Amino acid sequence: MLDLITPFLVNSAVQAITPILLAALAGTLCGRVGVFNMALEGQMLVGAFAAVVGSYATGSALGGILFAMLATMLFSTILAYGVTIFRGDAVVICVGMNLLASGLTAYLLRQMFGVSGTFSDPAIVGLDKIRIAAINAWPVIGWIFSRQTAITWAAWILTALVTIMMFRTPLGLRLRGVGEDAEAATSMGVDVTRYRIVTVLVAGAIVGLAGAQLSLGTVSIFSEDMSAGRGWIAVVAVMLGRNHPLWAALACVLFGFADAFSIRLQGQGLPNQVTDVVPYLVTLAALVLTHGRRRKRQDPTITASP
Amino acid sequence: MPGSDAPVGAVLEARGIVKRFGSLLANDHIDLAVTRGEVHAVMGENGAGKSTLMSILYGMQQPDAGEILLAGRAVHYRSALDAIAEGMGMVHQAFKLFNSLAVWENVVYGMEPRKGGLIDRRAAIDRVAELAARYQLAVDPSATVGKLSVGVRQRVEILKALYREAQILILDEPTAVLTPQERDGLFDVIRHLAADGRTILFVTHKLHEVMTVTDRVTVLRDGRVVEKMVTAETSPREIIRAMTGRAVNLTVDKTPAAPGAPVLVAEALTVLSEHGRPVVDRATLAIRSGEIVGIAGVAGNGQTELIEALTGLRKPDGGRVAIAGIDVTGADVDGHRVAGLAYIPEDRAVTGTARAASATDNLAMGFHRHPPLARRRLLDRGVMAERARAMIARFGIRIASEKTAVGTLSGGNLQKVVVARELSHRAALLIAEQPTRGVDVGAIEFIHAELVAERDRGAAVLLVSAELTEILALADRILVMYEGRILAEVPAAEATEERLGLLMAGRLQEAA
Repeated sequence: MLDLITPFLVNSAVQAITPILLAALAGTLCGRVGVFNMALEGQMLVGAFAAVVGSYATGSALGGILFAMLATMLFSTILAYGVTIFRGDAVVICVGMNLLASGLTAYLLRQMFGVSGTFSDPAIVGLDKIRIAAINAWPVIGWIFSRQTAITWAAWILTALVTIMMFRTPLGLRLRGVGEDAEAATSMGVDVTRYRIVTVLVAGAIVGLAGAQLSLGTVSIFSEDMSAGRGWIAVVAVMLGRNHPLWAALACVLFGFADAFSIRLQGQGLPNQVTDVVPYLVTLAALVLTHGRRRKRQDPTITASP
Repeated sequence: MPGSDAPVGAVLEARGIVKRFGSLLANDHIDLAVTRGEVHAVMGENGAGKSTLMSILYGMQQPDAGEILLAGRAVHYRSALDAIAEGMGMVHQAFKLFNSLAVWENVVYGMEPRKGGLIDRRAAIDRVAELAARYQLAVDPSATVGKLSVGVRQRVEILKALYREAQILILDEPTAVLTPQERDGLFDVIRHLAADGRTILFVTHKLHEVMTVTDRVTVLRDGRVVEKMVTAETSPREIIRAMTGRAVNLTVDKTPAAPGAPVLVAEALTVLSEHGRPVVDRATLAIRSGEIVGIAGVAGNGQTELIEALTGLRKPDGGRVAIAGIDVTGADVDGHRVAGLAYIPEDRAVTGTARAASATDNLAMGFHRHPPLARRRLLDRGVMAERARAMIARFGIRIASEKTAVGTLSGGNLQKVVVARELSHRAALLIAEQPTRGVDVGAIEFIHAELVAERDRGAAVLLVSAELTEILALADRILVMYEGRILAEVPAAEATEERLGLLMAGRLQEAA
């Protein structure tokens, strides 16, 4: 078993984790202000498409990244204003956004580039892999961080920053308060609506990064529905991590390795129909296990009166 | 007393405040003026418009007409933020706390001490501890609010306002869950704040408190100011008349109890916390037919858990319970009810009623399995509605129709729904938990009379109340709970507020 964990597996797992981790971070931010963001899948797809458009138009990967963040942020205004100003139901809005993202990117792909399915072009500039010799020399760290994109680095730095922001800064305290009890936050003079809108938009920009990693990180193409469930995995990670960025990140690592592992198993000759199931089995098992734990922990409070 | 030599000029003035909710005129041209250093009581029954007026003064709602002046300057609040910036503070009746956050986080929320962009946690905790010590509000700044008892949570609310050093402080029923000693401590705080030149708006139902701590009283009824009085020149009776528009019987008329056979018997009942610590510690009690037994205690001393164990909401970890001779130890709530339990729970909104359901359905609950409401396992809607109408009339529940969802009712009316339902069981045992919390004077009078009528009918009544005056007025015997134990039993004739207060603080020697 252990010989299956190789430097290559670790490295490709970290690469696969990046978009999920970024989306999950965005999800925890939204969750903390009381907006259950189920639109991560659609947001990621919009980001991936916009990254390709930006990169193609500007001829630079950075242009792609910035355009992805901007476009996804714009797309997120639906959620930001929908749940606040228009008092819509987050679940309904998110389902709509996911459907819209899928249809809109396919439509624009046809309109702008005249192709359907997949768009690849030499003019799309992908992300550079960062090589730092000093780090590559380390045994484990070297496996993880050698030849990763700037976005992968950013994802882990953001994880730390979001955690510090959330639990150590006045802003983080206010965000947590807004999600916990909007009425109480209002009574303390915090503008709940504004905090929610800004948080959802910033989270949108972060999912834009996730999309850019998806379409520019490894292959420099866009194909329809290329987010392929990663946004949903991120939603599950947010739930498993109970809106805590570090726990959500841990869940992402679990999924990433399960995914990389399943590819390795394929290499061992197992049929891919079987190995494809592995990440989902892990997800399901994690959900069931943590749910059981939660029930147990909450039991005394169910019987205790408030 | 500060304010007796009234300083000239109002620090806060409301002129002609009007607020309308649909067809309901909640505030009808209200004028209110308070001076610097004054403790000003705002009184009125539920629905009189006190809460609406306070939320307008605190910027949480905007008036449809009228203006607010601070030291003669007109102010327009868009939100509570503006009011806070102008030096307003408010301790709400329904706590506005973040349960998953620590005490200190709740207190500094929105006004955090900073160091290098981060929250200065040390400074925040120190400041909260300092305030808590100064005003004798025993709270651990690092404790999680959700794990604290109701009484301690209230202290956190008071700390929040004190931390903001508001010049004008609105206290909405701040003493509901305090012991007499804690309440007197709070009054010292209020006097100290007033002497400091701060102004206190004190919203309360309790006449005793108004007489003790306030300088002037404004009484609201049906959204209008009906009376403005100087406390020293008025009497409780006058205030009540102003509030209700009629004379109300403040004392409870009852004959001496004639106790019969024990109905509720608990022996060495023990409930453990999730950490294995006993929260109810070998409680032994017997409540007999035809008597009202009161349980007094500071919130969080095991009363809630004791009642949960006695009603089947929680399985006891030791000991046994019998109702009307039937051993119900470990049985579920239905098992207890079949044996003869009726129960008025502490939280009428969460446990006591189904808010989205109609009065008909709420009043039918617990009766829905048997005739006449159920026939061949199907509910007879006609009989249910008819019965509901009769109960609404008998208990004077103010509701549009029996089809109305009870979630729309005011606290007092909602409580009447619960009381009506539970009393109509005519059960051998009635457990009433905080039966009049947040209920207006007229409804309190009614509920008290009903509890005494239950006793005289032969029911055993167990009353848990944070209101010592209520326990003193109703109970024939009083059990005092302290740290999970039944510390003492006091016959009503020998009970005084002072003695019970000492017992509630665990000071058995001094109380003897």
